[in-house]
Amino acid sequence: MTTPQPVADRQRRRVAVRGVVQGVGFRPFVFTLATELDLAGHVTNTAEGVLAEIEGRAEAVDAFCRRVATEAPPLAEVASVRHEPLAATGAGGFTILASSPIGPSRTLIPPDAATCADCLAELADPADRRHRHPFISCTNCGPRFTIVTALPYDRANTTMAGFPLCALCSREYADPADRRFHAQPLCCHACGPQLRLVVPGAADQVAGAAMAGARELLARGAILAVKGLGGYHLACDAGNEESVALLRRRKNRGDKPFALLAGDLADLDGLVELGDIERELLSGSVRPIVLLRRLATARGALAGAVAPAVAPRSADLGVMLAYTPVHRLLLGLPGDPPGPRLLVMTSANLAGEPIVIDDAQALERLAPLVDGWLTHDRAIRVPCEDSVVRVVDGEPLPVRRSRGWAPRPIALPLPVRPVLAVGGDLKNTFALARGRAAWLSAHIGDMDDLGTLHAFDRAVDHLRSVTGVEPELLAADRHPGYRSAHRAQRRAQGRPLHRVQHHHAHVAAVMAEHGLDGAQPVIGVAFDGTGYGEDGAVWGGEVLLADYAGFRRLAHLAYAHLPGGDAAVARPYRMALAHLHAAGLDRSADLPCVRACPEDERVVLERQLERGLNCVPTSSMGRLFDAVSSLAGVCHRAGYEAQAAIELEAAALAHGPADGYRFALRRADGAHQAGPPPLLAEPAPVLAAVLADLRSGAEPGLIAARFHAAVTDLVRRLCGVAREEHGVRTAALTGGVFGNALLLAGCARALRADGFTVLRHRQVPANDGGLALGQLMVAARAVAG
Amino acid sequence: MGHGGGGAMSAELVANVFGPAFASATQAALADSAALTLGGARLAFSTDSFVVRPLFFPGGCIGDLAVNGTVNDLAMSGARAAYLSCAAILEEGVEMSVVGRVAQAMGAAARAAGVEVVTGDTKVVESGHGDGLYLNTAGIGLIPAGVDLRPQRARPGDVVIVSGEIGLHGVAIMSVREGLEFGVEISSDCAALGGLVEAMLAVTPDLHVLRDPTRGGLAAALNEIAAAAQVGVTIVERSVPVPPQVANACAILGLDPMYVANEGKLVAFVPREHAEAVLAAMRAHPLGAQAAVIGECVAEHPGMVVARTALGGTRVVDLPLGEQLPRIC
Ligand SMILES: [Fe+3]
Ligand SMILES: [Mg+2]
Ligand SMILES: [Zn+2]
Ligand SMILES: [Zn+2]
Repeated sequence: MTTPQPVADRQRRRVAVRGVVQGVGFRPFVFTLATELDLAGHVTNTAEGVLAEIEGRAEAVDAFCRRVATEAPPLAEVASVRHEPLAATGAGGFTILASSPIGPSRTLIPPDAATCADCLAELADPADRRHRHPFISCTNCGPRFTIVTALPYDRANTTMAGFPLCALCSREYADPADRRFHAQPLCCHACGPQLRLVVPGAADQVAGAAMAGARELLARGAILAVKGLGGYHLACDAGNEESVALLRRRKNRGDKPFALLAGDLADLDGLVELGDIERELLSGSVRPIVLLRRLATARGALAGAVAPAVAPRSADLGVMLAYTPVHRLLLGLPGDPPGPRLLVMTSANLAGEPIVIDDAQALERLAPLVDGWLTHDRAIRVPCEDSVVRVVDGEPLPVRRSRGWAPRPIALPLPVRPVLAVGGDLKNTFALARGRAAWLSAHIGDMDDLGTLHAFDRAVDHLRSVTGVEPELLAADRHPGYRSAHRAQRRAQGRPLHRVQHHHAHVAAVMAEHGLDGAQPVIGVAFDGTGYGEDGAVWGGEVLLADYAGFRRLAHLAYAHLPGGDAAVARPYRMALAHLHAAGLDRSADLPCVRACPEDERVVLERQLERGLNCVPTSSMGRLFDAVSSLAGVCHRAGYEAQAAIELEAAALAHGPADGYRFALRRADGAHQAGPPPLLAEPAPVLAAVLADLRSGAEPGLIAARFHAAVTDLVRRLCGVAREEHGVRTAALTGGVFGNALLLAGCARALRADGFTVLRHRQVPANDGGLALGQLMVAARAVAG
Repeated sequence: MGHGGGGAMSAELVANVFGPAFASATQAALADSAALTLGGARLAFSTDSFVVRPLFFPGGCIGDLAVNGTVNDLAMSGARAAYLSCAAILEEGVEMSVVGRVAQAMGAAARAAGVEVVTGDTKVVESGHGDGLYLNTAGIGLIPAGVDLRPQRARPGDVVIVSGEIGLHGVAIMSVREGLEFGVEISSDCAALGGLVEAMLAVTPDLHVLRDPTRGGLAAALNEIAAAAQVGVTIVERSVPVPPQVANACAILGLDPMYVANEGKLVAFVPREHAEAVLAAMRAHPLGAQAAVIGECVAEHPGMVVARTALGGTRVVDLPLGEQLPRIC
């Protein structure tokens, strides 16, 4: 096979392919392509990416260089293909060489991928040697990011290192024609990790018996801890009201909706609205939790499989399809004894703590929450919670960008110096970037808990090690009390730390994901719950004229008191009373928000508002949604973040479109930098109209719908004024409030009708989970000068 | 304003402005009270100014506050206050009867604390340039042999004890100043802690740290100690004694009792082997009857204070920001 060929009409090239090219079947793809084109040479993995030398006829060599990018395997993402000529050697044959671990890493670790159709078929095939194998995977699917310990991506550098391949698996691993060629998590019943079912007071069960036992427990209403890809989940039968309610109590979860795990798309028929994009998201290789609109009345086989306690008063159901073989087996294969077809699946953690990934911790910390553990001995290297996404206007709107996406890089419009942006303190994610790529971390969580701070530190170190980014520069929020910023200060050690205003970062994030180079400013509409403003107030209803270099505050919601920080957030009736106070409207005893406020609290609160005691001025749009939610009688106490706003949106949706209330606009007093002072959006007329509607007996749904229309109208008017004054025709919608599908779709439609180019989030969350991307763009620009 | 709030901004002001200007050999860190050697004796020396409004409040007035504040600062060095000075800045037009009542209160507080006011000064400022009356007191006292109380001495393993219920002074002041009604009257805990400290030192001179959690409350005091000694502090949230009326007022106002000022409480870092005996001695003293172990000093998370919550989490307790800025809302 290695007959030397005449060298004269032959070319030889070294071809370097960078991107997500390891652990995705790239080398066998190269092997197959080269063989097909009758090329000789070899291919190897290096820390730089995939490196091939090819030799053959000139047209074949050209074709190879072209097709290596365009025909790459499904999980691969080719960032660049570079080639240089070499002297032909005349050697024949094509070989795959062992990986070489030297040099700085330039390669990209793929995200974890849901079990592919081929593997699912084998899982269910009694004749296959991996029939019912809970760890079945191949080059097209399985764990990646969460098991990588170092680069290059090779079995030795994963948590599979401790599972030597059996003879059969070795053969598959070494065979370029096999779907499992160099699939690092490859294993089988004989050589892979073991499932184990741990139940207090009973002997542990392993393998098939463990799975059967777990299914039986779930069918009987038990709550189980289930070890997944990026951490443990708590699972129970979604149709068992008692179990779901018990899980709620044990997890101290308030009314926050639980996500569901289903076996396949057909199981969702009759439960939720499913469009093409939803179907694609649900069944693709990312498999996030997709927020789906519930059908008014559930029908079909699984109509009774969603207990009321799963998602009380929620217009949506969060659903994901089984993405690991363990999940698929838990939901049962044909022939299995009957069991739950829909499972509640929620991250396993104690309130405020990060998701549990460690087995010993799971046994200890989760003991008060569960009746048993379905675990195994493949370690999880980094936590990675489920991603969450909804579809708005036919496009995905990420709510949480985590499992399945992390650490896939986001392409930047401008090259940046190596930088670490630490994100915000709520829903923290951070980012590392270099050149034109930014790697966003998985979801870290709220930075209140010591465990989360430690998880943050570990995740930064892990992402550094798998991206090779050594930051020369750091970026953090300007809030003086943000723990993320303190973390950055601690890490800076002489390197510049750039502090970025919260809403500027939000706007920069949406600009960056749309590939804007920042040469032209945009009208940034940043609506969220909270962000530290330059004047020390709590901002959150902002219209900024912004590029990466800076921003001007064109307009904002008029200030109202935020009485008692967290207390005002947890108890929306306080915000309702604060807004009525700011608007000079009466707080008479018949109003729902007044009735919701205990008498002694109301007396003190009135005094507090009058004196400004423990009150900070706020322009937060999120808090105005809270206020109106309470005013309308929809929600007075928030058991989870944004509950009042989410329920207000649900009420508006249930009601249908209505004529809007109208904000008043006026200029702020005094001079302001260069140019006119910002426009103030006064909610007073809106609130007065809400009161009038309440007095005339209007439904909460009508008030909710009219309020949504009012905010949409406000956005339209403010953008119109900004365009007139600054000649800018691009509007960017960002901030957590734009997680509200009704508002986002309404604003985008209205602005487009007015001739605006509308930018909204598609790749990173509109909430603070997307902040790091904007921070790094602003910081990189500031340092570049 | 935030610079006087006892939080991050105060610390910044001392570190960046006053510290460098006063750079001295004996006192690298400008603590609330200085330990000095003079003629062979170890002296504690401290000064404090009092600008509280209103001048009179349930449980006390600016007079006893001025005496007890300085007595307590000395006590936190282990010293029994011996002599005080008192300087008063009066606003033109302040009623003499008010000044008289304040003076009476100072005398009574000094007698109760066993300290003599030996020198003083009075100045008058124009009307509108002071809130009626400001006081400054300074004091000296002897530090007993073998006693070395400094924040830097906190060690992993130390037991953290608080001498009683927290949050009373701050809530009392706020409710009268702002005219808030909480159903029950809340009185300041203003008291001199010299006697309590003596009782503790009688168990062992080897206490590591004493601190009066005044401005910024328990949270500020614990954070300062954690930062000074580069140790971690872990407290158990539900073991911190918070009286129900304070808890209720804080819940209504949106405050955290851990950040509310105290004027008659101390927090102690005690070597584990002495903790039980020290706690018993505290409880035997009227000002320590409700003393409680609230946590421990640890080697992990140096410089940080964390609270174990009822739900099993570990909440980070920050140094308060100078103003009431919500960290997150
Ligand atoms: Fe935000
Ligand atoms: Mg003092
Ligand atoms: Zn597969
Ligand atoms: Zn095997």
